[in-house]
Parts: sequence; structure tokens; C-alpha cells
Amino acid sequence: MEASTVLEMRGVTKRFPGVVANDHVDLDLRKGEVHALLGENGAGKSTLMNILYGLYRPDEGEIHLNGKKVLFSSAKDAIDRGIGMVHQHFMLIPVMTVAENIVLEVEPTKAGVLLDYGKAVERVREISTQYGLAVDPTAKVEGISVGQQQRVEIVKALYREADILILDEPTAVLTPQEAGELFAIVKSLQEGGTSIIFISHKLNEVLEIADRITVLRRGKKIDTVPREGATEEGLAKMMVGREVLLRVDKKPPETGDLLLEVRNLHVNDERGLPAVRDVSLQVRAGEIVGIAGVEGNGQSELIEAITGLRHAESGEIVVAGEVVARPNARRMLDVGVGHIPEDRQRRGLVLEFSIAENIALHDYNNPPESRLGWLFPRRLIERARGLIKEFDIRGGGPTTLGGALSGGNQQKVVAAREVARDPKVLIAAQPTRGLDVGAIEYLHRRLVEERDEGRAILLISLELDEVLSLADRILVMYEGRVVGEHEPGVTEEEIGLEMLGARRQETSAA
Amino acid sequence: MSEPLAPRQGPAPEEIQQSPPTTVASRFAAWQRAGGILVPVLTAMLAFLIGGLLVLVTGHNPIQAYWDIVKGAGLNWIVHPTNTDVANTAAYNFSQTLLQTTPLILTGLAVAFAFRCGMFNIGGNGQYLVGLYVANWIGISFVHMAKPTHILLGIVGAALAGAIWAGIAGFLKATTGAHEVITTIMLNWIAYWIGNYIFQQGGPLQGVANKPLNIPISGDVAQSAKLPVFWGDADLQGLHIGFFIAIGALVVFWLILNRTTLGYEVRAVGYNPDAAAYGGIKVRTNYIRAMAISGAFAGLAGGLDMLGYLYHFGTTDVQAASIGFLGIAVALLGRNTALGVGLAAFLFGGLLYGTTHGLQSGTIDPSLAGHLTEMIQGLVVLFVGADVLILAVWGSRRRLKRKRPTAGPAPEPEAASS
Repeated sequence: MEASTVLEMRGVTKRFPGVVANDHVDLDLRKGEVHALLGENGAGKSTLMNILYGLYRPDEGEIHLNGKKVLFSSAKDAIDRGIGMVHQHFMLIPVMTVAENIVLEVEPTKAGVLLDYGKAVERVREISTQYGLAVDPTAKVEGISVGQQQRVEIVKALYREADILILDEPTAVLTPQEAGELFAIVKSLQEGGTSIIFISHKLNEVLEIADRITVLRRGKKIDTVPREGATEEGLAKMMVGREVLLRVDKKPPETGDLLLEVRNLHVNDERGLPAVRDVSLQVRAGEIVGIAGVEGNGQSELIEAITGLRHAESGEIVVAGEVVARPNARRMLDVGVGHIPEDRQRRGLVLEFSIAENIALHDYNNPPESRLGWLFPRRLIERARGLIKEFDIRGGGPTTLGGALSGGNQQKVVAAREVARDPKVLIAAQPTRGLDVGAIEYLHRRLVEERDEGRAILLISLELDEVLSLADRILVMYEGRVVGEHEPGVTEEEIGLEMLGARRQETSAA
Repeated sequence: MSEPLAPRQGPAPEEIQQSPPTTVASRFAAWQRAGGILVPVLTAMLAFLIGGLLVLVTGHNPIQAYWDIVKGAGLNWIVHPTNTDVANTAAYNFSQTLLQTTPLILTGLAVAFAFRCGMFNIGGNGQYLVGLYVANWIGISFVHMAKPTHILLGIVGAALAGAIWAGIAGFLKATTGAHEVITTIMLNWIAYWIGNYIFQQGGPLQGVANKPLNIPISGDVAQSAKLPVFWGDADLQGLHIGFFIAIGALVVFWLILNRTTLGYEVRAVGYNPDAAAYGGIKVRTNYIRAMAISGAFAGLAGGLDMLGYLYHFGTTDVQAASIGFLGIAVALLGRNTALGVGLAAFLFGGLLYGTTHGLQSGTIDPSLAGHLTEMIQGLVVLFVGADVLILAVWGSRRRLKRKRPTAGPAPEPEAASS
């Protein structure tokens, strides 16, 4: 066992002002092992890996690489010693080709100064065939999919002869299919002798891919366990520190009036190309209708049209029996459509605004928040104080800036604002993207509660699990059309096929 | 950072350790506040330091030069402020500094207001000029008007002219997406050439008395349009009540942004237009409105200068005017806040007057004297644009400090490897 250990981190401690991000964390990595680092957002996973990658210096503790003590002062030191890292946000130059990106800074040269592009392409091809990473070395990065970009990052690390590869939340940006492909790549890297640290907060994928699992919670290592014998429930408990409800607990829906109806909607995307084609759907009071689909099949444009943020080419939106004429964002809010947007940082919140100001985003112009254009900040704060309590928003008070909150608490602010307006219809777009188990549990429970309150809820999610566990009815979108409708009992495989367009002909003909 | 997840009911044991989240948030705010004060102060200090080096290179004593500027700006008057007689040099200099500060506050606010809505209004100078022209025209016309109404008309007309001038840029941005930096620069040139036209020989605003003498200068505004002077003599560029209007504008600026729904919209659009649109705010309307308000501040500056102490204007004055551009440095240094703009305007007002009237050829190269302000202005804009750099310098200084005591026991890192 000693002989096969390639990396050992002992007693690593990193303090940031006011927080101990890593508190005497131990971690050992064996050759050819996939070692998952599991923990909630803010548990200290990224800090630990940034220390390993030379981006931070530890305040205490030691790192041993192949039995030798090392101290990296920069990422370059780490790379030189065979450590590669694929960040969540890729560090690629869009206008350059795949091969150019990969060889950047370590270019093969001709005559000392000229880039030997042919050799670069050849070497990239070699590596990608060796590990089954299908990438075209001559394609431009801006023209390839997110999944492919991730492969480019992996090849980049391998090109630099990494034998330890850190993958930081690699599946966060991938579709289920792409995630499956990534796992195959990880397996083949593992067979080739590469040791992999796989950072994640998703229990199912950790159990699928990892040999051993180290759980961090609030900067402390809780335990390292082998995959054999580990369960989702057990890991969740270690991560969160208490029992977690992984399944959503809900009664059968008691549906009421038809609150949201979309009739023959056509919407174009930014480029003016049709993104939503002839979509009709209905959501009744007291039910959650889920829309499943691979990213980029018109879901975003559909939501934006329903919420008045995007102009629809044709079709009607009917809220509580009334056709909304000339929908815009203000009008849709006024007729009672709430919206948890898919990107809380870009759209859902003004990060530089306080929680109180963010909560007032729809109502700042109405009494009691303001009168005759005069704003009453104290009333904003009062209102926020109540909602912070009700929605259990942690990490600050009414005057704390939105940007200073964790992702889960940011999403709670958005949810609080939308629900507090007592909307008839609530549109939840990827409400739990990037959140940890505890926050997901909370938001799921809350959505079911709001359903039981008699709201009509339209849920759009790229996570099939989420749609299957929450929705009372499931629609599948493919290339801008609704290609299937299902009861919750449907299997993942069946929906998966529709999401990929396999049954388009039959359904669209019907 | 860490997300507390213990159930709400009952004080769980973890509850005790839950200070980190609040601390992080408060630290974040504290850092912002610290950066908010630290960065401008360091920026100004660095700019003065480099300016001083230049004085040193030309063979003069920078400390003496800066002391002369301080005296030239009349800051030494503060030592005995009871003596307000402008026959006293220090008091007179100080009143002149405040006279320069007045338009700088307003052009600074103009830039700052547009900034808060996410736009860079480079057109402060053009807006200042059109305000000035309109005030001049109103001042020489309507000669039979009562003083208060004449002044009010002049001031409102100037502000309106600036609002329309900037509003054009806002309108173009909202409707066609034309970038406000480009359009405001172009509008500056249009204002510039309009000035050259209206005051030139035979131009519509050339003074009647100046026509036979071939002087390209306007006539003086009527007595009824002149702002009352409260410190010094109106014939000797005394300090006019426009100073208080500028101070009032600082308050109005703060009130609009922080106490009105209009300001809420401006800030929301400025920080994040996508989120603002999602919130139901009309982003395009806000671009036009914020630009117009921004231009009103600059136009007001022109109006106050015209009715306060200039009284007339000529083609050479048009060509030399740079108060609007200085407003950019004022806003940047003042971090687009009311208080910051007020302080930065005072700093530049003092510099502007102090360098032109305080420096003697013995203490500084005379060819350098007039340009020192402009240089410091340029350095400020440069450094504020690179405030990340300033913070990095500050950060590394602190890191060096911290490193020293721990340097001893630290293990040799690279020894074992490679």
C-alpha cells in the first residue's frame, strides 16, 4: 500500500481571515486510483485542490509527492511535477484551435522559434486516441461543445505529462450523455495509470466512478471510505452532518383551475433562428409540470417568452384564463407569473445589491416600498428581515450584499422574492443548479409546498432526476418542440431517448 | 463560505461555530469599504509622488513646489479662517479654489451619475459648453426680467441644454445600440464647433460692442442674470452662490440614487442590466433618462460658471475649456459617490488654482507649472483604471510584512525534489 501511494497531504491547514478553509486535512492518493473528494459548496474541496495545484500556500501541513516533500509556489511548479487540473471554468482561448490551446506555453518548435503546428496536431491526436478522447485538433475551440472543451482541457493536462489529474466538478457543465462519456474517459485514464482526484458534490456519480471517497465538511476531513459498502444516504449524512431526505416526499397532486396556458408559441433565438416551434402546454393549479431536455433545445427561449423577457413571433400566453396582450416583463409579473431564472447570478440577483434591495426587485415601485417615486429603504429592510427568517437565508442580514452569499442562500433569496409575491404561476428554471444537497433538499420541499398551496408550477431542468422526482407531468423538449408527455412513473431510458430526438417522427406527427 | 445547514429549531452544537458566514459577509463589505477609501487615497498619493519626481528631475524641490501649491490654493487660510477679507491673499486664494471647485463638482457628478447606470459619459465637456452657451444667450437676452426669474431661467436653460445634449447619446444607445463613449465624444466636437461659430466674428452671440473691433467674444450677461456673490467682489471673480447650488447637487445626487425608485432603477441597470430587465425595469428608458440627468449636471456647471463669474465667452475660451474632462478624473477619484466627488472636486479645484497662481519660477520650471495639474489628472485616470494594480501593490506590501517573521522556521521547500 505504501509503495503505491503517489501523493500524500498531511495536516494541511489553510486559514482565510475569519474562516478556516482547511483544518488539518489528510489525503492520500494511490497510483491508478479515482479518489473522490466529496463535500458541499464551501466545504473546502477547492481550497485543498488549489493548495495541491500550487495556487495557495498552506499555513500548516505537508505535501509529499512520490515520497518526497514538496512545496509549490505556483501552478507551474505543480505542472512540472506532473499534476494537472481541469477547472470548472475552462481556461481556453476560443479563437485558437484545439491543438494550439493544448500546446500553449510548451509548444513544439521548428528552428527554435517557429511553432511546429504539424507536430502539435500529431501529438494531440496520439494522446486523444490513446485514451479515447475524441477531439479534432484542428477545430477552433469556439466551435466545439462544452463536453469537447473539457476533453481539450484533459488532453492539455496529459500533454504536460500529468500523472495526477484533478477534475473540479467536471460534470457540472455536462449533459447526462456527456457525463457518461467523461466517465468512460476517466476509466481509460485510470487503466493507463493516471491517478485522479474527482471533486464533486453529487453522490450518485461519486459512487459510480470513485475507488475511494474522502468527505470534507466545513474544512475538516470527516472520513475516507472505499466505494464498496458506501451508500448515498451514508455519504449524504457525512457531508451534511445530519440525516438528509434524498427522495422528495410528496402527495398526489390536487389539481384545480387552469392557470397557465401556452398556445402555439413560436420564439426565435438571438440569431433570429427558430428556437421554440409551435409549443403548447397547460399547467393547472396544484401541479408541477416538468420540462426535460438537453440544454439548448429551446427551454431557455420558452421560459423567456413566457416571462415576457423575449418577444414571441406568434402564439398566445394565457394566465388564469386571460390572454396576456403584448407580454413584457412588467406585465407578466403583474398578472402573477413568478420566475426563478436559470442563472441566478446573471439574472436572478443584482450581486452588488443588498439582500433587501434584491428582494424588492419587482416591488420597489409599489407601496409600501415606495410612494410617488420616493423609496423607503427601512421598509425594504423590514420586509427582507421577515423573509430571511421564513426562508432560512443564512450568511448575512438584510444589508448583506447578494454577492457575499453562498449559491444556496442566493437561490433562497430569489425563491423568497418570487414566492412572497404570491404568484399564481411559478416558473422554476434549473432551481437547484450548482447547489449542494442541503439547499437542493430545501428548494425541492419548498416547490412541493408551493404546489400544495395551489400554485401552478412549471419546472425546467437539465437534471432528469429532478424532473422525475418533482414533476406530476413531464414534457420532453427536443429542437424547440414538445416531443413527448409522460406520467411520473416513466423510466429514464424512455425519456432519454426522446431527449435525443429518437422518437421525433412519431410524436410530432401525432 | 461554508453553508450552515443545521435545522432551524433548537440551537444545534454547530450553531456556535456559525460566526464564519457572517464574518465573511461583513469582511467582504469591510474590504469594499476599505478599498473604497484606500484606493483613491493611494491613487492620489501615487500621482502626487510621480508629479513630485518630475519636479525633482527639472532640478527643483518638490516639497517646496507642493507647499507653494497649497498656499496658492489658499489652504493656509484654514489656519485663521475668521479673516474672510479677500484683501488677505490666503482668503482670496481659498475663495478662488472654491470657485474652481464649483463646476468640477457638477461635471464630476455628471460622469458619476452615468457611471452608476453603467455608462461612461465622456461628453461632460460638450454638455458643459452647451449649458454655457444657453446661459449666455439667456443672460444677454430677456434684459427686462426680474433678477430671480432671470437667474432661474438661465440656470434651468443651461441644465436643460446639457440634458438634451447628453440625452441624444442616451437615445442613440437605447435605440440603435451606439456606444455612448463614441457618441459623447462626437457631441463634444459638435459643441466645440458650435461655440467657435456662435462667438466668431459675425457669429450670432458675438457681443455688439465687439463686432466693430473684430473680437470673437460674446457680450456680457445682463446684471439681472448675474448670480449674487457672497465672498469677495463680483468684479474680481468673487465666489458666487452657485457654490451652494453645487453642494446642493451633491445632496440631490445622493438622494436620487439612494432614496428614489429612479435611483434604484439606475443602480440596478448599472450593476446588472439583465437582472434589471428581469425585475421589470425598462433598461432603455433608463439609459436615456440617466444620460439626461447626467448631462443636466454638466449643463448646470456651464450655466453657473457663465452667470457666476465668466459673464462672457469667446472662441479661445471654447478651445481652452477642459472642466468637463476634468470631471472624469473627479468622478473616478471620487469613486462615483457624492462625498467622494465633493472631495475630489475640491482637490482638483485647489490644484487647478494653486498651480496657476501659487508657483513661482524659482520653485518650479515655469513651463511645467501649468501642466502639473493636467499631469496629475492624467495619472489619476490612469491609476484609477488600474485600481487592481494599486490593491495588488498594497497587498504585496502586507504580504512582505507577514512573511518576515515566519521566514525563519519555514522549511526549505524545493530541496527534496527535482
